[in-house]
Amino acid sequence: MNIHEYQAKELFDRFDVPSPRGQMAETAEEARNIAEKIGADLLVVKAQVHAGGRGKGTFKNGFQGGVHLTKDPAEIGEIAAKMLGEVLVTKQTGEEGRLVRKVMVADAVEIKHEYYLSLLMDRDSSRPVIVASTEGGMDIEEVAENRPEKIIKQRIHPLAGLQGYEIRKLTAALGFQGGAAKEFGKLVKNLYRLFTSLDCDMVEINPLVETPDGQVLALDAKFGFDDNALYRHPEVSAYRDTEEEDPREVAASEFDLSYIGLDGNIACLVNGAGLAMATMDAIKFAGGDPANFLDVGGGASKEQVIGAFNIIKSDPNVEAILINIFGGIMDCNVIAEGVVAAVQETGLELPLVVRLEGNNVAAGRETLAASGLAITGAEDLADAAKKAVASV
Amino acid sequence: MSILVNEDTKVLVQGITGGFGGRHAGLSLDYGTQLVAGVTPGKGGQAFEHGDHRVPVYDTVSEAVRETGATTSAIFVPPPFAADAILEAVDAGVELVVAITEGIPVMDMMRVKEYMRGSGTRLIGPNCPGIVTPGSGPDSTGGCRIGIAPGYIHKKGNVGILSRSGTLTYEAVWQVTSLGYGQSTCVGIGGDPINGTSHLDIIQLFNDDPETEAIIMIGEIGGSAEEEAAAWIKEHCNKPVAGFIAGATAPPGRRMGHAGAIVSGGQGTAEAKKAAMADAGIVVAETPSEMGKALLEAWGK
Repeated sequence: MNIHEYQAKELFDRFDVPSPRGQMAETAEEARNIAEKIGADLLVVKAQVHAGGRGKGTFKNGFQGGVHLTKDPAEIGEIAAKMLGEVLVTKQTGEEGRLVRKVMVADAVEIKHEYYLSLLMDRDSSRPVIVASTEGGMDIEEVAENRPEKIIKQRIHPLAGLQGYEIRKLTAALGFQGGAAKEFGKLVKNLYRLFTSLDCDMVEINPLVETPDGQVLALDAKFGFDDNALYRHPEVSAYRDTEEEDPREVAASEFDLSYIGLDGNIACLVNGAGLAMATMDAIKFAGGDPANFLDVGGGASKEQVIGAFNIIKSDPNVEAILINIFGGIMDCNVIAEGVVAAVQETGLELPLVVRLEGNNVAAGRETLAASGLAITGAEDLADAAKKAVASV
Repeated sequence: MSILVNEDTKVLVQGITGGFGGRHAGLSLDYGTQLVAGVTPGKGGQAFEHGDHRVPVYDTVSEAVRETGATTSAIFVPPPFAADAILEAVDAGVELVVAITEGIPVMDMMRVKEYMRGSGTRLIGPNCPGIVTPGSGPDSTGGCRIGIAPGYIHKKGNVGILSRSGTLTYEAVWQVTSLGYGQSTCVGIGGDPINGTSHLDIIQLFNDDPETEAIIMIGEIGGSAEEEAAAWIKEHCNKPVAGFIAGATAPPGRRMGHAGAIVSGGQGTAEAKKAAMADAGIVVAETPSEMGKALLEAWGK
């Protein structure tokens, strides 16, 4: 789940992680009022969408840039008016762009130096790791690639928690001194508390800035949350903005389906995540392009198949569907009956290739063949992928 | 021989009175598994009944272990209580804990894993299909089935199979059985980013098991467990290995159903895993339909 920048700011405030003064606005008037309240020498207005590249983006009304600086609080309202209710296109949004419904107005602080600071779950050690660098404000993967000596890593013992000496090591390695060193130490400690308290799997601050007067502030942040732990953080779940998500993925989550939309034309419907990935790979291997990842779970009930068909049908790129089910515990004939009923109920007209294997498979194949529907059977996954690709 | 479990292994089920746990406890009893106890806090003294079987239910794992001598636990409790259930089994001295539960918070598993360091307990999973050591009866009954795998697809034999994913394991098992061969033990290690037992751990067990003659190792995108296992296989494994990696077409930065199946920052790609496996002399199947064929090629059959 992604969150907006102003929501990240709210979380930082809650855990005493310092960031520039700022607030979200939904109207030009609100934006102007916030600007006057902040009363800084330089202010920034940022369009709130879940996509990177905002600064270099273009609005469909011709206005350039989703991030603007100004010294005049009165001008904030005009800038916000050109953003709100308009569609912003960036390199990450695709041609359709994103509707901007909120902007953030903040103090554009003076910067002495930019750093990089993140906390993530390290799979190799099964521990949280702090990653820091003096090379802030740029692509950290590029820094890691070309100047690995500039990347500092500190793994944290999950039961003991972040220790004072670990903070001091980081502080020294980044070269913070005096008041800024103290500020940085406080920020890291609170950031770790935020990370563990909210079940994050990533918090990335880039850049973390030091101001000429010794403040250390989180200027921009990216959050990742563990979906499995959202049940214990209703306030974080409430940050979910379905307007920013693929509507097909939103619909899938209502049916308890695991769905990810892709660009191809062959949809697939599979039981099990591993097999679903392998099915996408098989489509590609057969010369086609998968339209989605879709795991219906272990069961593949009639209701789920109907839900899945409706989502697949809403994707205009789809030209064929491949169903790949390994009926382990479940009877293949029950699955086949569900598929037939789902085709009939949804009035599906797309070519449909079905590969069934497992428990009572002969009866299942018989049910599909006797249905009178245009369903192509397949021997195995490779065969199914070939037939699906050939059908478009 | 086999690895981890055999027909004599005494098993208890934590969460046996739940719908999911109960259903699979029944299937395990049908398979011939020595399922000797169930644990559900507050339901001690009751019994889990299935056909002619009557399995006693206890309030705590330590009581169940003391009364029945169970050495292995299968965990079916819901995600918010699963970490606690695993630790309870560790505390009770259970040798092997198999966590089937999907959706345990990563932060919980991180603490569980740290807590377990140095304990005598091995954890398989979580978010896994479990373990099957096939028996010699009809439809491979008479063996040990822990978890949710369909028993009848197995056949007693000499191929060790390991995977993160359930249905991909079943595909491999089914192909091996259909080709006329059988399995020593099949292990699903689970699709979460933090799990108790890695690919490498299981490969080492298979390598030491005299009954296992060949191995199928199935992986997927995310992390570097497959690469680690491949590096060890290259240097130390004296058995033929075939493999498959799922997720070559997965878009970077997206979790593909399994919490652990994600390519992030260019790490954990299918290409890198396949290359590491090929470099270790593993025969890598291009599609899951060819896992059986790849096994025969590696095995020289």
